[in-house]
Amino acid sequence: MSKVKKITKNQLFLPVFCMFLVLCANIIYDVAHGSPFYNFFAVSITNGMLQGRLINILNRGSEIAILAIGMTLVVSASAGTDISVGSVMSLCASVCCVLLAGAAAPQATELAVPLIVGVLGGLLIGCVCGAFNGFLVANLSIQPMVATLILWSAARAIGLLICNDLIVYVRNDTFAVIGGYVGIVPTPIIIAAACVVITTLVLKKTAMGLYIQSVGINKKASRIAGLNSQRIIFLCYVLCGLCAGIAGIVGASRITSADSNNIGLNYELDAILAVALGGNSLGGGKFNLIGSIIGAYTIQAITTTMYNMGVSAAVTPVFKAIVVIVIVAIQAPPVRAFFKKLSAKKGVVNA
Amino acid sequence: MQDNVVLTMRGICMTFPGVKALENVDFTLRKGEIHALMGENGAGKSTLIKCLTGINDFEAGEIHVDGVEGAVKNHSTLDAQKVGISTVYQEVNLCPNLSVAENLYIGREPLTPWHSIDRRAMIKQAEELTKRLDIKVDVTQNLENYSLAIQQMIAIARAVDMKCKVLILDEPTSSLDDSEVEKLFKMMKGLKEQGVGIVFVTHFLEQVYAVCDRITVLRNGTLVGEYPVAELPRVKLVAAMMGKDFDDLASIKPEGFKVDENAPCQIEAEGLSHYGTIKPFDLKIHKGEVIGLTGLLGSGRSELARTIYGADKANTGTLKVAGKQVKINQPIDAMNLGMGLLPDDRKAEGIIGSLSVRENIILALQAKRGMFRQLSRAKQEEIADHYIDIVRIKTASRETPIAQLSGGNQQKAILARWLATDPDFLILDEPTRGIDVGTKTEIQKLIIQLASEGKSIMFISSEIEEMLRTCNRMAVLRDGEKVGELDGELTQERVMSAIAGGAKSE
Amino acid sequence: MNSNTLLLFITIILFFVLYAAGCIAYSGKGFTNVQTFLNILRGNAGLLCVACGMTCVMLTGGIDISVGSVVALDCMMLAYGMANWGIKAPMMCVLVLLTGLLFGLVQGYCIGYLEIQPFIVSMAGMFFARGMTAVISTDQLSITAEISQTFYDWANYRIYLPFGGVVNKAGKTIMPYFGVGVVIALVVLVLIFLMLRYTKFGRALYAVGGSEQSAAMMGLNVKRTKMLAYVLCSFLTSIGGICFCMNTMSASAQQATGLEMDAISSAVIGGTLLTGGVGNVIGTFFGVLINGTISSIVKTNGKLASSWPNVLTAILLCFFIVLQSIFALLKNRKSK
Repeated sequence: MSKVKKITKNQLFLPVFCMFLVLCANIIYDVAHGSPFYNFFAVSITNGMLQGRLINILNRGSEIAILAIGMTLVVSASAGTDISVGSVMSLCASVCCVLLAGAAAPQATELAVPLIVGVLGGLLIGCVCGAFNGFLVANLSIQPMVATLILWSAARAIGLLICNDLIVYVRNDTFAVIGGYVGIVPTPIIIAAACVVITTLVLKKTAMGLYIQSVGINKKASRIAGLNSQRIIFLCYVLCGLCAGIAGIVGASRITSADSNNIGLNYELDAILAVALGGNSLGGGKFNLIGSIIGAYTIQAITTTMYNMGVSAAVTPVFKAIVVIVIVAIQAPPVRAFFKKLSAKKGVVNA
Repeated sequence: MQDNVVLTMRGICMTFPGVKALENVDFTLRKGEIHALMGENGAGKSTLIKCLTGINDFEAGEIHVDGVEGAVKNHSTLDAQKVGISTVYQEVNLCPNLSVAENLYIGREPLTPWHSIDRRAMIKQAEELTKRLDIKVDVTQNLENYSLAIQQMIAIARAVDMKCKVLILDEPTSSLDDSEVEKLFKMMKGLKEQGVGIVFVTHFLEQVYAVCDRITVLRNGTLVGEYPVAELPRVKLVAAMMGKDFDDLASIKPEGFKVDENAPCQIEAEGLSHYGTIKPFDLKIHKGEVIGLTGLLGSGRSELARTIYGADKANTGTLKVAGKQVKINQPIDAMNLGMGLLPDDRKAEGIIGSLSVRENIILALQAKRGMFRQLSRAKQEEIADHYIDIVRIKTASRETPIAQLSGGNQQKAILARWLATDPDFLILDEPTRGIDVGTKTEIQKLIIQLASEGKSIMFISSEIEEMLRTCNRMAVLRDGEKVGELDGELTQERVMSAIAGGAKSE
Repeated sequence: MNSNTLLLFITIILFFVLYAAGCIAYSGKGFTNVQTFLNILRGNAGLLCVACGMTCVMLTGGIDISVGSVVALDCMMLAYGMANWGIKAPMMCVLVLLTGLLFGLVQGYCIGYLEIQPFIVSMAGMFFARGMTAVISTDQLSITAEISQTFYDWANYRIYLPFGGVVNKAGKTIMPYFGVGVVIALVVLVLIFLMLRYTKFGRALYAVGGSEQSAAMMGLNVKRTKMLAYVLCSFLTSIGGICFCMNTMSASAQQATGLEMDAISSAVIGGTLLTGGVGNVIGTFFGVLINGTISSIVKTNGKLASSWPNVLTAILLCFFIVLQSIFALLKNRKSK
């Protein structure tokens, strides 16, 4: 009993359990359709590239994983979510592509500026968006979701303005590498892994994690203990913007173009879901980055699985929405109190 | 029940986990009297009131209300209102965005035959009500346009109009100025004549003597006594509230524990103030000195400390630390100058609940070092273990979330947080509140020890004995102002008469 | 004058300035005609209904970002239902309204009784409704006279004004007109105005937004009030969805994206505080008009990119949000 409880109490239980469910669904589906049960895990090398459903999930899930990093920090420090990440992704992609295409827009094959300039431009815009959100939340104490609502609607529209309402293509092999392959490994996997490793290292080697959690749990006490809560919240939003920038550029490179209307569409839901699924409370405070990352890939696994089963991409949000509500409802204080009462009653009966 | 009694509480008992909050408390309220409920922090005033209004569940005892059959047990403030008990709190529980008339009648608006709100009738009734109670307002204006005093009165008017027999005023005057208090008192006296029984909770002694007929004093969850005002002069009241009996702990102040008058000043404040909380004050604190801040709750003792520390940024005045003039904008500035503050509200401003004891202990030291110079895990553990050992924190492990510890151990952990920063000047605001006697003595000994190491300590406490045992000198505060200093031979009588007023003549 | 009436005042002035600017800049393109103003009303009748609902929710201090998706779902139900399920237009409208009620009930329960953040609930609601639209059909559908003559007639019914006619090129005088949607929207506006002012529920919305704790202390049922606010919002959104559908006569899974933004910005620009407790549908009405004028100007110009209205709305929204928070900070400082 206590062992089972120990496992279910672990923060990583929820994301790992969900991942397990998705895997089971895949295996059952494969077997029912006459494929071998290991079909899901099969990895092959075709044309010098790693292929397979698992690789596909890891690859496609990169953007969500990157976003989940930023979102985790924002949720922890400010007890609110940044709903602008999807739009900011789109804006960063547009800026990056417009810079790279230069005069040849909207159909460029040569890079007008070195790749690094375009990428840095995109990332810078991400940081600026994050700083804007951070300023509203930290300095003007506007509710996080209201503050990010502005860019949620504006960033995508600004991206469209920059692109002149067109899809800007940058059909260039150097640019395509970001969303393509390095050797046999898909680059997005490497980028996501790098982001996770760097963030983990930063959290381990500096006191940032402690600062963020302190501020998220008790702002007043943190201030008395010498932390500058405004600056810390601001920093989290900037980092979240940066993550959105990275994800946006990866997304643009995948399709070698800046499709403002579609890049990062609905990603805010995925990112928030990843954080919630990772066992983190949307009420802020203690966080577990690894949980969020597993959550992110779980969501991608759900998406991919549903896609394989022939569910239209437009319909998948229905299921995700239900999952979000269920997870958040379980965390809700009245529901918790209800379950506590229930188990207490059971205890009385047993005794 | 006697004729003129509206409320009796008999033998009320109530425990919070681990603490006996109320033990056999009796309280009697008569028709048409203003009855002060007095006691220091943790005496059980608010717990008693919460038992009465149904916010807390009491375990034993009975409540009888005039005109209600049998014992009354309320489960919510609404239940309480139904039997005629209304409460007006320090924070006004009205909606600032609605008009005065609506605040008076919301939830029970007069309706037209079509079941819509009859605004005209509502305004008319509101005007009559405010006129009757002599409140000069335009009832169609939003409540937020009026001062807090008027808002308090509107809240009282609502209670009165709902035919309350018992009106509880819980520290209604804390945020009012003198003329506003005057208005409120006039209204209270008017209600008294109409036969309403008023329970008045306050920490301002002057006000008790200005309006009250009777005083009930609580201390440590027990009833000290009920007295007519005329039979309880100020000094006696203070004595009743604070307790006269020395506990049998031996004096811990070592012989010759005297501060060197010529020692350099650690802190020199001149004309420092924070609007609305503490009037300008001068204060000098020598190296190796323990200075006590004394005064009743709300007299500005915490606020004075917070202003020095920068938790509330000073609006006026200058501050010198170790002889150098400094500017403190926020706590981290003060910390870098070697200060530390253990806040009085442990839960709201002290602990970071779900973080571990280790993280809570090293937090301030880490903040001082900056984000990029992290203490290594080994170092953190070493510091945590060191202080868990030194201040004897009882915890399952250093990784236990601090919220799971008992209050006393949480307090020790916060104390450890500041000791780890090795401060030159440490402010301890009610460090011994709500913790057991043994721990109290430990903390007092620690204070003496720190002072003998040359550190300056500012010690704030509601208990005079422990201040007498530890302090070299005391500053006395009353009503948000520093009114004097006591040095030389500190005695209970001197301190009490200083708190009660009249210290200036000394 | 307090800060709240000041905000409303700024809004009304802003509308007249914008409209006057449009008249001066595009007088040659017929911007000065009465019909242009009526067209703004016609084009935004649906938005007006939705924004009224949004105002009620925002008064309680909450928000509902699902409204755009719910409008899309409504349109899709109408178009698909009338064409494929063979249900008559009036019955279909009732079905749409019932769906709205149910949707609001679920959202309201989660927010009011389970105490989940309104943003999270309504964001899930947004994706849910959008997804359900796609479940019904992923095609672009249009409603023609063949599908439902009744609905077609409603949509094209014109009510003419007795004045303000314009002589067209053929020498015929055309009187300015408006449609059924405008009538519905204005009726909704008046009813909500009266409800907010003269009913217990209306005042409870303000009280809950002003201070939840105080409202509970004064004996109001806070949870139920909050839930009903979301039910009302979704119901009005469904009415708005029908008006919207009469305008576009089409349905698709991508319809009405960003409508939630227009509704929120209309309410905020109209002086509704995001923190709750302050606001009025009259302000919201002007907010809608400002939104409509901006898109009308961009459309009349013809050369500006189609995303300009979105950007301008967001800038206005940002301006008003910052203004609100500055007022709030000032007020806090004063009271200290």
